Amino acid sequence: MRIGIVDYGVGNLKSISMAVKRFNAHPLISSGLKDLETCDGIILPGVGAFKCAISNLAPMQDAIMDWVNSKPIMGICLGMQLYATESEEGGLFKGLNIISGRVVRIQGDVKIPHMGWNNLKIRQYHEILDGVEDNTYMYFVHSYYMETEGKEIITLTEYGKEFPSIIARKNVVGVQFHPEKSGESGLRIVENFLNMCRK
Amino acid sequence: MLAKRIIPCLDVTLEKGKGRVVKGVEFVNLREAGDPVKLAQRYNEEGADELVFLDITASHEERRTMIDVVEKTAEEVFIPLTVGGGVGTVEDIENLLRAGADKVSINTSAVKNPEFVREAADIFGSQCVVVAIDCRRNKNLIDGVTIIELENREKAWYEVVIYGGRKPVGIDAVQWAKRVEELGAGEILLTSMDRDGTKDGFDIPITRKISEEVNIPVIASGGAGKLEHFYEGFVEGKADACLAASIFHFNEIPILRVKEYLRNEGVEVRL
Repeated sequence: MRIGIVDYGVGNLKSISMAVKRFNAHPLISSGLKDLETCDGIILPGVGAFKCAISNLAPMQDAIMDWVNSKPIMGICLGMQLYATESEEGGLFKGLNIISGRVVRIQGDVKIPHMGWNNLKIRQYHEILDGVEDNTYMYFVHSYYMETEGKEIITLTEYGKEFPSIIARKNVVGVQFHPEKSGESGLRIVENFLNMCRK
Repeated sequence: MLAKRIIPCLDVTLEKGKGRVVKGVEFVNLREAGDPVKLAQRYNEEGADELVFLDITASHEERRTMIDVVEKTAEEVFIPLTVGGGVGTVEDIENLLRAGADKVSINTSAVKNPEFVREAADIFGSQCVVVAIDCRRNKNLIDGVTIIELENREKAWYEVVIYGGRKPVGIDAVQWAKRVEELGAGEILLTSMDRDGTKDGFDIPITRKISEEVNIPVIASGGAGKLEHFYEGFVEGKADACLAASIFHFNEIPILRVKEYLRNEGVEVRL
């Protein structure tokens, strides 16, 4: 099974790629549409600023909208935020509008970035959570989060105020934390995503 | 709730092309103690929240950090990895991130060329950029420094030192911390040279002052010797993370015991 990891240029893609390998899937780090189209699932990793990411993704936008209806896709951190209608990071920019919502800066009397281990409060079940208990810690690094309506929220996490830490609609999953950096609990999320891709 | 982090630091030097953890090698009976990759695995299993690799010879012997050690660790260990020591160019950072590091720690290079911090944050994002500040108490109170009251009511300011603590540079550590935040640092790794290696506890006065003055996470480093020190670092020093090296290498205090102790004392940790 091949898992496409969309390459935006900079950042650490090795960890997510090693995590995919650990569960006997083949990671394909690429920015080429032809490569990615052959994959059974797509990971949108989280690297850099919203503005750069969305403009780098522009040539792929139509393909991504196809994949949303055809194969499992998991957005990690910024990758999840790209699903939104728009983002306030560094101006106001349009997102992919896969899940309606707005990316806003973390609020409240807290240090920014939100960096470290924080827990998931499960609001509804989704297969991405198989074997993951309520209050499990995951590793977060971000200054913005995605505000969205209730129906796609799978888990919430509190920092300053509560924000969506996992959102999902059928085969489309977004996680604000880094499952590839969250120890055994994070690997469980990766494994669950790969199980979705195997179906 | 955001958990307080416990971070073991692996001071690594290069020996015949192979990375070796320096502190602890002669003392620990465990055979793997000299192998940074195996030690990283052990710490991960014991509940470390992150790992810091420090190439302790890099700056003054102009050695590059050990890309292969980082690579091998990133293949096995799925928690955040910070690498420091001799990071001086954009290319250094790129190579480390590509090898699997999540953050780099910049120390001497930041002092010599503060714009390097800004450049690194612009290209790779603030979340990748840790600025390591080594400092030492100076009781010669001169104009323009941040005066801090010590445990015994004496007054001092904290002077930034570089080249592994050997060279004072006349910069006020509190002002430097605020400056690197402005330049785009995402985190500060604060080491008090007065405490490093003493096991007398973290340097609370400077840790608290900098934690209060900046709005980015602060990692307290230097001086951890017993369980209570971690509590002091978090509660009195207001640190977001506590780092230690030798007590974990020697297995004097296992990471898990630190975390259980902290939880019993009401400090939020990941267990």
